[in-house]
Amino acid sequence: MKANCWYGKRDMRVVDVPDPTILNRHDAIVKVTSTAICGSELHLYNDFVPTMEQGDIMGHEFMGEIIEVGPAVKDRRVGDRVVVAFPISCGHCFFCKKELYSLCENSNPNAWMAEKLFGHSPAGIYGYSHLTGGFAGGQAEYVRVPFVDVGTVKIETGFTDEQVLFLSDIFPTGYMAAEQCNIQEGDTVAIWGCGPVGQFAIRSAFLLGAERVIAIDRFPERLHMARDGGADTINYEEADGYDLLMQVTGGRGPDSCIDAVGLEAHMPGPLYYYDRLKQAMMSESDRPIALRQAIMACRNGGTVSVPGVYGGMIDKMPMGAVMNKALTIKTGQTHAQHYFKPLLERIGKGEIDPSFVVTHRMKLADAPQGFDIFNRKEDGCIKIVMTP
Amino acid sequence: MDLTTSRSTLRQLHTHAARNGEPGTVTQTQEERLAKGLGWFGIGLGLMELVAPHQCARMAGLPSGHRPLIRVMGLREMASGFGIVTQSTSAAAVWSRVVGDMVDLACLSAAFLSRRADRSRLTTTLAAVVGATVLDVVTAQQLSRGVKTRNGAVRVTASTVIDRSREELYRFWREFSNLPRFMKHVRQVDIHDEQRSHWVAIGPAEARIEWDAQIIEDLPDEIIAWRSIDGAVIDQAGTVRFEPAIGNRGTVVTVDMEYRLPLGTVGAAVAAWFGKDPSQTVKMDLRRFKQIMETGDVITTKGQPAGREESTSWKYDRAVR
Ligand SMILES: [Zn+2]
Ligand SMILES: [Zn+2]
Repeated sequence: MKANCWYGKRDMRVVDVPDPTILNRHDAIVKVTSTAICGSELHLYNDFVPTMEQGDIMGHEFMGEIIEVGPAVKDRRVGDRVVVAFPISCGHCFFCKKELYSLCENSNPNAWMAEKLFGHSPAGIYGYSHLTGGFAGGQAEYVRVPFVDVGTVKIETGFTDEQVLFLSDIFPTGYMAAEQCNIQEGDTVAIWGCGPVGQFAIRSAFLLGAERVIAIDRFPERLHMARDGGADTINYEEADGYDLLMQVTGGRGPDSCIDAVGLEAHMPGPLYYYDRLKQAMMSESDRPIALRQAIMACRNGGTVSVPGVYGGMIDKMPMGAVMNKALTIKTGQTHAQHYFKPLLERIGKGEIDPSFVVTHRMKLADAPQGFDIFNRKEDGCIKIVMTP
Repeated sequence: MDLTTSRSTLRQLHTHAARNGEPGTVTQTQEERLAKGLGWFGIGLGLMELVAPHQCARMAGLPSGHRPLIRVMGLREMASGFGIVTQSTSAAAVWSRVVGDMVDLACLSAAFLSRRADRSRLTTTLAAVVGATVLDVVTAQQLSRGVKTRNGAVRVTASTVIDRSREELYRFWREFSNLPRFMKHVRQVDIHDEQRSHWVAIGPAEARIEWDAQIIEDLPDEIIAWRSIDGAVIDQAGTVRFEPAIGNRGTVVTVDMEYRLPLGTVGAAVAAWFGKDPSQTVKMDLRRFKQIMETGDVITTKGQPAGREESTSWKYDRAVR
């Protein structure tokens, strides 16, 4: 089959690889009908995540049709149309039982590596480095799906692929980010980053009752899409984000702040170069510029929610602000499976149509070009969906 | 309850190794002592840089405008100092200090170019920092290297929580022929009788090691202890205990193992199994035990497709899978 593989920094190639097979009793093989490129994969593309190996198959947002099931699969059959959650979760451990699926204790065969880095390991993730298990991803014609009973949601007819595909990651991710803010009536939510996750966070914040959402980015097309979603926007290259946020909130600050940017943040000013330098010297792995500003801007007693991906160490974390302002920080890889049912319901009721975020459609064979334009944010690119 | 002391008494294993060596608490190795010393030195130096940046700048030969820089360096120094003092395996912390030393060196070199700098003092400071860097590098290397032993014995403890009853877990483990399903190096266990079993393990380069072991304690649903019989090629003892996890969360399974490394090729093979971090092997064995008991399977990626000719998974498999 054809698969999009990683070969090094900004080097993706679509090559022929063997077809996947059932390796564990709870596995299924899914014939992919749609797959997307996730913003978090740009961290792999730009080689910020260690333990990638040449030839690793990319992709953790995908859906398709089950064509084979392992002997222990109970609730899925050949022919089922499913969306696959990006974290791989066993369904039986302490965390899975609490529906904290991205923290599954049994799904990362390389847990020992993550333990060294984080103290404990998160769940395995498709196509996301060997630190999270080295699982082959879904930017391919076929993919092996471990624990298919737990990790998929069955889609009945009536939805297009593009309407449900993002249940795999970015919709639940944006939704969980907003949910973590514990939004109350009259709340203002500020969101750093208007990429796909930011876009879903904006809409989710409104779904959960936010009065006002303020979105911060620098790309006109992203700010435009944010305004389409009902947000007020700040272009941080034209105005100081913090100052403007204070102005529009009467100096109190937003009730909650969402960092939908993560470890490759960009921002004008010396701190950005400080972090770039430290990153280049390998003494800091992540650039937490958006996070610092979110912490500083957040109102006293507010919540900072972090769906943005961080991988290692940061410097100059304003812990004094976190403590003295009594902030709550909530974060985590998304427990995508937990949101399958409620979000599918919202889509069914027409409360949201996730396909709004798609700006580019292409063939799997063009995945390397897709990564290139997405990485450069060229051509108004916000979300790319590929078909085999 | 004092967890420190209660845990170490819990782990008093009466093995051959313990009999031959010093019983009691594990002593600090020389590397660890050096690392701890460096850590405290770092904290002291950092504190000084923080509270008296002016004097520090003068001592170092820096122009007086560099006070904020000194403070930053001080904070950095203290942070990595704390890292070393508080971590039990401090190789990583010392390496992070090395990186910090590099930053300091870069800053000092930059200051060297400043017109107002006192060059001769700066040279002394630079030399001192270079010296500290070298010391850090050496210590980090020593800490990163090899298995830590106490009188030639390797001792490993690991535990995990499994969402199953003690009875189930005990029963599965007590059936020793099940062990190769989750113990990476054990290929086969044949049961001779109630007490005795024959173990076959495969090391690197397919080196085959066999020994007989006997059960020395067996409390159903609670504890199994075994050790190799006298004269076996490998001197090994282990205990697994099953205790109810508080809050109805299943069972805490704790494994204590002690190996005395034999000499020669067998010893080298055993040492290579355990790699740099012997407890990792046991931890991963336990993790696989948990996977089997909770999900029925050991989850694997072996055999999945990739766009490469040769598997690179050995990098991640080494000593753990
Ligand atoms: Zn993603
Ligand atoms: Zn689980």
